[in-house]
Amino acid sequence: MNGSRTEIRFRIADCGLRIDKHNPQSAIRNPQLPLRNLLLLLVAFLATPSPAAEPDPAVLAAEAERVATVERISRPTLAIFDANGQGGGSGVIISPDGYALSNFHVTAATGPAMKCGLSDGRLVDAVLVGLDPGGDIALIKLLGHDDFPAAELGDSDSVRVGDWAYVVGNPFLLADDFKPTVTYGIISGVQRYQYPAGTLLEYADCLQTDAAINPGNSGGPLFDAAGRLIGINGRGSFEKRGRVNVGVGYAISINQIKRFVGLLKSGRIVDHASLGATMTTDPDGRVIVDDILDDSDAFRRGLRYGDELVRFGGREIGTANAFKNVLGTFPAGWRVPITFRRDGREFERRVRLTGVHREGELEALLGAEQEPPVPDRPRPDDKRPPGEPQDRTPKPGDPPKPRDDGRPARPSRTKKLPRAVRKHYEEAPGYANYWFNRYHQQRVWNAYLARGDFAETGWNWNIKAQTAAGADVLIKLNEKTGEITMPDGKSGAQFGLSLVEEQSPPRSGGLLAALHLWQRMLLFGPRRFGDVYYLGTLPWGSDDAMADCIVAIHGGVESRFHFNPNTGDLVGIEMQSADGEDPCEILFSDIREVDGRHLPHQWTIRHGDEVFAELKIKSYELASAVPAEVSK
Amino acid sequence: MSWRVLSRLRLANSEMRYTQIRLRIADCGLRIWGNNPKSEIRNPKSTSRVVALAVACLLALAGDAWASDGAASFATVARRVQPKVVKLYGTGGFRGLESYQSGLLISSKGHVLTVWSYVLDADDVTVVLDDGRRFTAKHVAADPLSEIAVLKFDPGDEDVPYFDLSAAASAEPGARVLAFSNLFGIAAGDESVSMLHGVVSALAPLDARRGAFATNFRGEVYVVDAAANNPGAAGGALTDSQGRLLGMLGKELRSGVTGTWLNYALPVAAFAPTVDDMLAGRFTPPELTELDRPNNPLSFAALGIVLVPDVVTRTPPYIDRVIPDSPAARAGLRTDDLLITINAQVAASCRDAVKLVERLESDAEVHIAVLRNDDFLEFTLTTEAPPDARTDTTVVAEQEDE
Repeated sequence: MNGSRTEIRFRIADCGLRIDKHNPQSAIRNPQLPLRNLLLLLVAFLATPSPAAEPDPAVLAAEAERVATVERISRPTLAIFDANGQGGGSGVIISPDGYALSNFHVTAATGPAMKCGLSDGRLVDAVLVGLDPGGDIALIKLLGHDDFPAAELGDSDSVRVGDWAYVVGNPFLLADDFKPTVTYGIISGVQRYQYPAGTLLEYADCLQTDAAINPGNSGGPLFDAAGRLIGINGRGSFEKRGRVNVGVGYAISINQIKRFVGLLKSGRIVDHASLGATMTTDPDGRVIVDDILDDSDAFRRGLRYGDELVRFGGREIGTANAFKNVLGTFPAGWRVPITFRRDGREFERRVRLTGVHREGELEALLGAEQEPPVPDRPRPDDKRPPGEPQDRTPKPGDPPKPRDDGRPARPSRTKKLPRAVRKHYEEAPGYANYWFNRYHQQRVWNAYLARGDFAETGWNWNIKAQTAAGADVLIKLNEKTGEITMPDGKSGAQFGLSLVEEQSPPRSGGLLAALHLWQRMLLFGPRRFGDVYYLGTLPWGSDDAMADCIVAIHGGVESRFHFNPNTGDLVGIEMQSADGEDPCEILFSDIREVDGRHLPHQWTIRHGDEVFAELKIKSYELASAVPAEVSK
Repeated sequence: MSWRVLSRLRLANSEMRYTQIRLRIADCGLRIWGNNPKSEIRNPKSTSRVVALAVACLLALAGDAWASDGAASFATVARRVQPKVVKLYGTGGFRGLESYQSGLLISSKGHVLTVWSYVLDADDVTVVLDDGRRFTAKHVAADPLSEIAVLKFDPGDEDVPYFDLSAAASAEPGARVLAFSNLFGIAAGDESVSMLHGVVSALAPLDARRGAFATNFRGEVYVVDAAANNPGAAGGALTDSQGRLLGMLGKELRSGVTGTWLNYALPVAAFAPTVDDMLAGRFTPPELTELDRPNNPLSFAALGIVLVPDVVTRTPPYIDRVIPDSPAARAGLRTDDLLITINAQVAASCRDAVKLVERLESDAEVHIAVLRNDDFLEFTLTTEAPPDARTDTTVVAEQEDE
């Protein structure tokens, strides 16, 4: 009791002292100043013995909870600097092994090596892992430990306007000891759309808060009242009031980031998604397809000009803006449920999204935009109808000026990297850091090898199977040819230099070629397969569970191998013989061990909207091995 | 300040002391925002204001912690209030002149109350409701004195949710408040307006005739510590923590002395009778001449501008001649420039322009926007401004050049 009373007095006295120091003239010379009276009054009133000393337990509990939350959310928050300890922004750790999130526009200034200050005063080396330039997200990894304090991820879709929120970070680079600054406010808006600044940066479906976001807060976390991470702060509306907070800050929603993180771990520069169709809101308030590419997956799934969009990505779509908003939260390659209406009938489909940019295009743009674009004024050609959002002067709460001219220093990749970083960094075109791609290829493949090594089996495989109707199916594969005998006939394929034309059996999308590539992967592994990279994690299979995806290109066709990240098993293959064609998809399940190797005993083969076949495997006869009868 | 301190504060104070402190804060606010800018408080970072704000926050927080039992959450309040605030779109779109602002629905039949500004200087103003419905509104009445305007659109058979001005609330300094508006034009279509939270720092008379964005409104306003008055926020709602309307957010005001932006709202009581008259059709807007004139009115001659001869009722206000070495010449105005706005007020004719200038004090800083060929240009004219005011001008100019 007495202790806290003293503390109050001390604070007031302290406050008085500071005022005197700060403005001696006004505070001392002018006896009329209300400040004086106020202070006197306050001190007098605090010094009066209080009649009832026990505060309401509910208030104490709320206070204790808030203090505990601030303590908890400070720990995963990072102060990020470049390798020389200059410039920087904020970040937040999302896993104990050191993966952390920040803004693309923060790492654009630091380059691939950075130093991260933790709230306990440690300064740790970190390396750039992956970039999402369109969403203004960078994934980095802290090095040297595997017990970093990680933030608990929340659900940004359940955030409501009026919810309390904490912004934690390093505004104005205030913290010498890396203890982050905490600001507190409410959520002012949800599902906000911020037009791209320049050509790349787009904040779709973002959260708006009045908790102060200032220069240096960029890349730092936005937490909900319970201390769960709901967004990454990166932008504000400032306009003529200068580059400090005016009550409007934006955070990229964590649900969007969750989709990207698995892809960013691949070390790639990850693109956002395009549907291949654009929407407009018609005078009746319906959202209508006003343009569609005929080589898009959406077109192949049946979406046509003039159709009305009803739902997309699990959300009701009321305006064309709302569609853009949802679309902006998906990475390229994601499959999304879509509902559209034509002549009063509703159609539900799953559509695979493509990238916004062509291959290499994003990287080229990135090179041109090493500095984050921050146009200060609406473009003169910006003639949107009233009611459409204006391109209003977004200036990211980007790092304080490291140079006098206000531009972030250009990253110098040629400069010598710190030793810890050098071991985890490899430059390659199209990658933020190729080291992580190589690492994950090996990780996935080593996990698979533990489930079965096929290197010694050779190319001659005979597989006996049964269709769902009980008819026998025989598949014979060797290095040059493949053959499948089904109830309705026999098909063969030649595996030459190009696999582009190998579409047999008909309506399968090229099952035999896909099986050939499967063999090639199992026999050669990713190192000898050819052109291979790790794509990251994407949903796969009937339950949309996240799977590690390795992309392999051979014979002019792209195939994707999906691995269960928990078991290491290969759970599916997709082979797309040409752009604009539906892939042949094989979903592997019922995986059981045969002679020390795990093999799938249920294949679901799909092409386009159709299931080509459901096969139950009776036996695998891999040349060097004795035929293995499948036990009941 | 920790919660522990707050709780003690609350416990220690008797009702009488509470009142006393409130009075002090109001008092303090009066001096800061009162009509004597040359008073002892020149420093924009004046510590007394900081302390006053801190105390206000403190009391509010302490009060709220107790009052929160059974109170609606902000999320519930947001959903109740947002549908009563509309997005307005009109003229503007030039540099620094946004073409949007906010408005309050004040009848079930589509009456919209907002702040009178150049945005409304169009025959039709577009009103977009919270659910995305879009209407064209007509002018009902405008009062240049209190700078409010009422518009009306036809919502058809469906009633719209609205604020009942006769049931409005009031708040004391220290009360927690919420500000709803489409600041920065963030919300579009069926998106809901933004919501900010803060505390009433003071109830103080507004005297902003000499500021960069001058207003005619005189009388007490709620000064708040939330950044409520951003571009586009004018016409938005200030409510208490339960969502009851306290006032309407005013247009942007920046002190010519301190360079600070004021966050404030006009209390409902200040305009409710006028709105009643407007809705009843018995409101006659006062002539500009009825406004109290400045002590030393400014003139075009003093600025060094000669307008073209005023031959018809609406002669376009072209500059005929600029007197050498005058404020206008120093600022860079030229012959044949067409005046568009003077201190953000539209000068539609020579007559308008003269009236607007005559309403300014002779030492006022004047912002003139002109059309030169096809370019929209802005100039800041200073006559004999005090040195510190000149510094402010430079800051503004720099920011606009960014």
